Amino acid sequence: MAVQETTATSIVRDNGVSEILKRKPQTYWSMARTSLSRDKLTLIAMSFILLIGLLAIFAGTISSALGVDPYDTEPVNKFQTPYIIPYLEWRLGIDTTTAPTMLYQAGGTPHWLGTDQLGRDVLSRLLYGGRISLTIALVAAAIAMVVGVLFGTLSGYFGGVVDDVFMWFINTMTSIPDIYLLIIINSIFRPSPLILTLYLGLLGWFGTARFMRGNVLKVRSLDYTLSARAIGATDSRIMRSHVIPNSMPVIIVITFIDVGALILTESILSFLGVGVPPPTPSWGNMLYGANDYIFYRDPITYSMSALHLLILPGILTTLTVLAFYLIGDGLRDALDPMLKNKK
Amino acid sequence: MDIAGLSTGQMSHACAVRTCYTPENAREKREAAGVSLPRFTLLVPGNFSRGCHSVQLMLRYIIRRLLQAIPTLLGVSVITFLLVSAAPGDPVSLRTFGDPRMTEETKDILRRQLGLDQPLPLQYIAWFTGLSIRGGDQVAGMTTPSNNCGYVGNLNVTVCDSGGGIIRGDMGTSIDTKQPVWQRMVERMPATLQLGITSLIVSLLIGVPLGVISAVYRGSWVDNLIRFFSVVFRSVPVYWMALMLILIFAVWLGWLPSGGRQTVSLNMSFDLWDRVQHMILPVLVLSFGPIAYFSRIMRTETLEVIHTDYIRTAKAKGLAPNSVWFLHALRNALIPLMTVLGPAIVGVLAGAVVTETIFAWPGLGRLTINAVYQQDYPMVLGSGIFFAALTILGYLLTDIFYALVDPRVRLS
Repeated sequence: MAVQETTATSIVRDNGVSEILKRKPQTYWSMARTSLSRDKLTLIAMSFILLIGLLAIFAGTISSALGVDPYDTEPVNKFQTPYIIPYLEWRLGIDTTTAPTMLYQAGGTPHWLGTDQLGRDVLSRLLYGGRISLTIALVAAAIAMVVGVLFGTLSGYFGGVVDDVFMWFINTMTSIPDIYLLIIINSIFRPSPLILTLYLGLLGWFGTARFMRGNVLKVRSLDYTLSARAIGATDSRIMRSHVIPNSMPVIIVITFIDVGALILTESILSFLGVGVPPPTPSWGNMLYGANDYIFYRDPITYSMSALHLLILPGILTTLTVLAFYLIGDGLRDALDPMLKNKK
Repeated sequence: MDIAGLSTGQMSHACAVRTCYTPENAREKREAAGVSLPRFTLLVPGNFSRGCHSVQLMLRYIIRRLLQAIPTLLGVSVITFLLVSAAPGDPVSLRTFGDPRMTEETKDILRRQLGLDQPLPLQYIAWFTGLSIRGGDQVAGMTTPSNNCGYVGNLNVTVCDSGGGIIRGDMGTSIDTKQPVWQRMVERMPATLQLGITSLIVSLLIGVPLGVISAVYRGSWVDNLIRFFSVVFRSVPVYWMALMLILIFAVWLGWLPSGGRQTVSLNMSFDLWDRVQHMILPVLVLSFGPIAYFSRIMRTETLEVIHTDYIRTAKAKGLAPNSVWFLHALRNALIPLMTVLGPAIVGVLAGAVVTETIFAWPGLGRLTINAVYQQDYPMVLGSGIFFAALTILGYLLTDIFYALVDPRVRLS
């Protein structure tokens, strides 16, 4: 065999027949990678998530380097506006008085993104909040993926009574609108962030399981499964090497979109006061605190000095969720072999 | 004719019993059945009646689908009951809090009266059906005769009927106001419906045309713009969008009120313009999600429809582009939209929980959130069960509607 192959390739090379035959063999995943590397929007979204992820991981280091702490309250310094704008104006020579005054009032520590109603540093709270929000969403999405794939596969694989029971359970759980279910559970149990993650994960796998079950039923009836069975493959081998790999692309896409949706869910729950309990910061409960100050004006200057509290967490949440959705969409395009054939 | 031919052809695979119901053989069918059954043409307009489901098959499907909803409802009731019993705090202590006459003994008697001393499964039966069951003959030992209780001799149990229970619509009493949960919910219903129905109409009127435009001009900048905004609107947290709109329109511009259902005044007369002004922001916030959803669905469905053979045939026949679009494409693309409408309505009503909280809108959602803050569990669970029942109903109607309009749905 080996000899024949070498001769075949050398003949092609010698005659210079076709360049196409000389290229490296393309696997499914390498094709997906190529198509992804051409998708600029998805790449931007990925870099954004990477940046947010790094900022969240190094939240502690960054905060201590700036000399601030997310839990340090300083009532004297409450509702400070972001220092970054006056600082830039100072450095550019536009306004040389505001920034030094602000720095003096803050006791020498610059609050780059201002302070909140208790005088806590907003930048460090955003960093720590991002860590909490992202961790909850990622871990919950991972739990939902594993549980969903497992139960979906079992349901489709065994069929019969097992399938009926699983489907009944899923239908029952999805009958209660999820926001209500989560509000009820959280109001009764008042969970810590860890328990909240578990809840979100354990209540989030129904969609994945439904898809997985459908796909198991579909793939089981395909010709290549029949061929595999004909050459003596066992059921579990068919599941492992045909059904699950076949479903993996869609599962990955679903999971990325789930992460985005879970960030939203967590932030809504925290905003309603039944999510991450204060003083632990999360993007949602930072807005829960800021909500009361929407009409707040500085007593002396009469300017709206709580704007940054309202705007910053919301923008960060939106951009992060948007990035996860865009990655999901981009992966769907890259991983869908049917779409690729059309191009 | 092509359409009818196509669906009849597919029917032979899908349906076990091929009894076609067409206007031509309608009368014979009815006479053969010996009953006067409603004509489908009255229920469903246009092409839909050309499907070939017999009325009996359809009725059987509806009944079967109704029966299938029962285990789901039972499951919901079990889950909510387990949540009630898992709630911290003893209901008796909660109800009698601060009452100096309450000693431990009187509390025990109250507990026994409420059936809280019984095992969990019996408590569930009592909560769900209003029938409490106790071992032995309790009727004989009663000091005051009761006609609600009866002794079942061969099981040696006494069954008492409290006249309540979830199944009869009694969701208990709100701890906060001591009113029946059901009554408080009915009071708040009009406000939620007002908001929900308006948002649904607004989002259909905006979302559907956007989706069709997106599909017609696929790949153009219009399409890209619509799709971009539909992704962005999916990513923005609803409550944050509400806060930003309040900030812009109520705080900065001062054009619209920041919350409430109407301006509070002494005489509280009905002022339509005032009501409308109060509705604009909440409706806007509540509509963004459905607009994005409807436009996405309409885009996909329209694209699918315009690649079908019958659209090509219509074009080849030389039909004007407008009649191809509106008579053939849009009409068929709307069917899948109809089928998501049921769940979408429930979604809008349930989504009102956040919007109502922010805009101080006196609806069901705000009632629930306030009950959460006051630990009024019967109230919270009542609205949970209500929305679950609504969701089940939504899916049920969707399935039946789908079977009515799409002859390929397997009925048997």
